[in-house]
Amino acid sequence: MADGAAPVLDVRGLKTVFRTRGGEVHAVNSVSFHLDPGELLGVVGESGSGKSVTMMSLIGLLPSPPADVREGQVFLDGRDLLKISADELRDVRGAKIGFVFQDPMTSLNPVFTVGNQIMEPLVRHMGLTKKQARTRAAELLALVGIPDAEKRLDAYPHQFSGGMRQRVMIAIALACDPDVLIADEPTTALDVTIQAQILELVKGLRQKLGMAIVWITHDLGVIAGIADRVMVMYGGQVVEQAPVKELFANPRHPYTRALLKTIPSLTGERESRLQVIEGQPPILSGAPTACPFRARCAHAFDRCSAENPLRRAVDGKPVGRGHDVACHWDPEAAHA
Amino acid sequence: MLTFTIRRLLLAIPTLLFISLIIFLLVDFAPGSPMSQIPLTVPPEVRLKIIEAMGANEPVYVRYLLWLKQFFVVEPLVLWDHWWGTNFSEGMQRIVSWQSRSPVMDIIVQRMPQTLTVIGTSYLLGVLIALPIGIYSAYRQYSWFDQIGTFIAMIGFSVPTFFTGLVLILVFAVNLHWFPSIYDTSLRVTDWESFLKQVRQMAMPVMVLALYNAAQISRYMRSSMLENLGQDYVRTARAKGMSERVVVLKHVLRNSMIPVVTVIALGIPSIFGGAIITEQVFRVNGLGALLIGAIQGSDLPTVQTLTFIFAVLIVLFNLIADILYGILDPRIRYD
Repeated sequence: MADGAAPVLDVRGLKTVFRTRGGEVHAVNSVSFHLDPGELLGVVGESGSGKSVTMMSLIGLLPSPPADVREGQVFLDGRDLLKISADELRDVRGAKIGFVFQDPMTSLNPVFTVGNQIMEPLVRHMGLTKKQARTRAAELLALVGIPDAEKRLDAYPHQFSGGMRQRVMIAIALACDPDVLIADEPTTALDVTIQAQILELVKGLRQKLGMAIVWITHDLGVIAGIADRVMVMYGGQVVEQAPVKELFANPRHPYTRALLKTIPSLTGERESRLQVIEGQPPILSGAPTACPFRARCAHAFDRCSAENPLRRAVDGKPVGRGHDVACHWDPEAAHA
Repeated sequence: MLTFTIRRLLLAIPTLLFISLIIFLLVDFAPGSPMSQIPLTVPPEVRLKIIEAMGANEPVYVRYLLWLKQFFVVEPLVLWDHWWGTNFSEGMQRIVSWQSRSPVMDIIVQRMPQTLTVIGTSYLLGVLIALPIGIYSAYRQYSWFDQIGTFIAMIGFSVPTFFTGLVLILVFAVNLHWFPSIYDTSLRVTDWESFLKQVRQMAMPVMVLALYNAAQISRYMRSSMLENLGQDYVRTARAKGMSERVVVLKHVLRNSMIPVVTVIALGIPSIFGGAIITEQVFRVNGLGALLIGAIQGSDLPTVQTLTFIFAVLIVLFNLIADILYGILDPRIRYD
């Protein structure tokens, strides 16, 4: 959106390691990205690619041990979130950064009313009285499209359907007017019609409130519909990053290309069977020294197992600002 | 909730009647005669007279129906008369102990305070110790605190109370002379000194039972907390920026308390029944001791009445546990 404005969130060289009995697992490896004000960044990748872990590392939501955010900087409002104290971080969570999780069925506390759970951050961060918080909570519920909001405040989560609960989660995340909303696969656990409703809701809220959004998903169809920019992750690193149209029109990384081929087409004759990406995503027990995708890559060559590719710009703009890819293979050279 | 409670109470009536019949038959089948403690020199015809006087020669169904009438009609009337100064129960036969020839209910009322003070205190203390230990053990799982807590809980749970009781007597009463080894029921607390004396004589039985109860409940608390600490809603609470205190002591604890409250409520009837052995070890003259004495003397009315009262308490606290469950967990609706 606002081009050239200072990013609201700037992540540089983030590294997260899980210490397990079987040794270390490098879940996030030197991930860098930024988020401009009002922008919607889609983060795509299959399960275990480090999407969620990256986002949870930002705001200290990973249990430690076993998680250890080892390196990196996360700038929000000019402060490095990895350097501030746990108490200061708590003031950021829920106030500056809102979080929506995957499974709305279990993300709400079953024994407290919905109103109580929305009011909590309002009282905590905005210093509202109970009464003010209740009024605001009712407004929020109405905002996320729950009818009869005032009455529903006293309902318990089990009295809501999955889609309604996800709306409540969004209301909680947006309660304190955050600059950034991180949505971790918010529609994955919902059925398709409800997915569409939630997508429309978030689109509308974004226009109304203007916060920047990180939308984690493994559904490229969803990304195509709402994102401004897409970041593809694989094996705990960013393998490709581009504006959404550019990525769909001109994918560079073999993984991105393969992902795009896994989307079934709704129009026209079915030409061939849907393609699958053979194999499993890697479990990285050490800092990667080779391209993590090489085992499943159709274009892999010697260099891929000798050297982990760095992100390089494709279109001449600085890395992160335009289209960049972390791959040794050059599709143009291959065609030439 | 009210309809549920009333329905459950009504359902409890046939249950309790059935229990009372079973108890009565079991007690009746048990070997031993109320005459076993009467000296052999008493001639047979006198024995027969005694048995007739006690009504012990009647057929079992007559005795059962008589007991039912006495328990459900006569004793409540006596209680009513006692409170309001009326005399409805005049001339009616109460449940009388074969051993002491005094009304069983009067004996129970005499013995109740000892049991309640000693065993009740220990249960309360056990719960108060167990909850924080369970919560902290779960929050810092596998820490030193947790390991030591687990070890002590294992000891408290697996070593029988009569053994810990005897060890305590040996150490604190015999060797160190800190506490008396025998509980003095006749002690009246009137001033600071007698209060201290009471505390000293209560100390050992309370310690034994508190350790046992705390061991059990802290394990329940710990496992319930552990189960909830990993839930998604905990992550949500943290993502909202709530302090660890709020996350653990509000969000997690409220959910974890649901099964634990049930366990605590169901454990209360055992205050009256389960502490029989400890009462014996420390010579606390309570309900447990009364029951043991009655069993040894084949005192059928006392055994029957006491056992039935325990059964009533168990049914009652089951109901209370269910009601608490419904209050704590909004997902459970009883209507």
